[in-house]
Amino acid sequence: MIRNERHGDNAGKDDEAASPSMSRRRAMACLAWAGAGILWTLDGGVPQGVPLGGASAQAAPSITGNALSFVQISDSHIGFNKTPNPDPAATLQSAIERIRGAARRPAFMLHTGDVSHLSRAEEFDTAQQIVNGAGLETRYVPGEHDVIGDDGRAFFSRFAADTRGRGWYSFDQQGVHFVALVNVLNLKAGGMGYLGDTQLAWLADDLSARSHSTPLVVFTHMPLWPVYPAWGWGTDDGDRALALLRPFGSVTVLNGHVHQVLQKVEGNVRLHTAMSTAFPQAAPGNGSGPGPWKVEASQLRQTLGIRRVEFASLDGTPRLDDATLVS
Amino acid sequence: MTSPRLPPHAVRRRVLLGSLALTAVSMLTFRWPVRASAAQANTVQIENFKFSPAALTVKAGTRVTWTNRDDEPHTVTSSSTPRAFASGALDTGRSFAFTFDTPGTYPYFCALHPHMTGVVVVK
Repeated sequence: MIRNERHGDNAGKDDEAASPSMSRRRAMACLAWAGAGILWTLDGGVPQGVPLGGASAQAAPSITGNALSFVQISDSHIGFNKTPNPDPAATLQSAIERIRGAARRPAFMLHTGDVSHLSRAEEFDTAQQIVNGAGLETRYVPGEHDVIGDDGRAFFSRFAADTRGRGWYSFDQQGVHFVALVNVLNLKAGGMGYLGDTQLAWLADDLSARSHSTPLVVFTHMPLWPVYPAWGWGTDDGDRALALLRPFGSVTVLNGHVHQVLQKVEGNVRLHTAMSTAFPQAAPGNGSGPGPWKVEASQLRQTLGIRRVEFASLDGTPRLDDATLVS
Repeated sequence: MTSPRLPPHAVRRRVLLGSLALTAVSMLTFRWPVRASAAQANTVQIENFKFSPAALTVKAGTRVTWTNRDDEPHTVTSSSTPRAFASGALDTGRSFAFTFDTPGTYPYFCALHPHMTGVVVVK
């Protein structure tokens, strides 16, 4: 079941009106985050309950210690210059300023692809300078717009230089294992995204060294699950990757490409698409095809956004907070 | 547009001769589409993430031109290995042309949006 969530000022209000129990649940969740309950944190992969005792949310960093928090941005499309956003560099800048100005500083940032619109060096330059303004280490995977014509060589040399030109890699952060997958190369006619045998063999080997209790975060550009194949929104061999991920107790897959928040939960595997910082796209099947959704200029920033991810729960499943550029 | 090997009047004469074997009614329904497609036989529009027409039949020696009408870049990339042709990224309003000298079937796709496919059949 795909759930389309447009987060913003109205997020959750419909739920509250429709269901008192939902309202209570939201209230309980808010209590935990406002500092009047117990905040579960994941420290070195081990969940810990921390009594907050009325501490303010602003005091949370000193309480949570090593709780992992990071940010995802996606689809900055630097070089795009048409309706509805003639200046995606400006909206990327706004996103970065929000990240830089947050009360709680994230540990690092992920960019899930389509950094550029046409793979041009000047587009990569502009994006890199703006993103670096956050003052955070940033990990990248390419989108199909980043690998036009050169199989990603320019992208990888700049954003994934230590991957020997293949683009996929993994790293560990505070007990969470992060895996970057590339599904925008060697695309097949009539298909969607593609990982390929070599990358899947690498993934199997990489995961074989991990305990199934290790929380996983996989990030890639195109969704691993078939969000809407008629528009190419999926990955042909994504099921093979998901089969390798399912044995793990907490799996979070983060991607971009569809420029809106969509979610799917399969057992322990949670798949989340993210908003763009450049332009929105229509909901699956709503319209003649994918591509820039021409909203009014006054509405644009309500359709763009960033995502914050916090590992602060008992079972190692992160909390995701998708915020628009006006929320 | 017509093949360089056949002037326009020759194409029309051939269509008329072929139609003589048909009844009057079927001749009408047959002739109009042929005349319409003959005028656009060597152009493909890329619009709403589709190649239009998706299937194109031309005579050997025909130069086919694709034009991107979308706000997104697309490519025209041969599906064969090695590739018979590859446009690279076509930004909005840009065109790519390729002359098909050899009869055969030439499937192609957009390397950015691979669900977009088309085929050129060269007689």
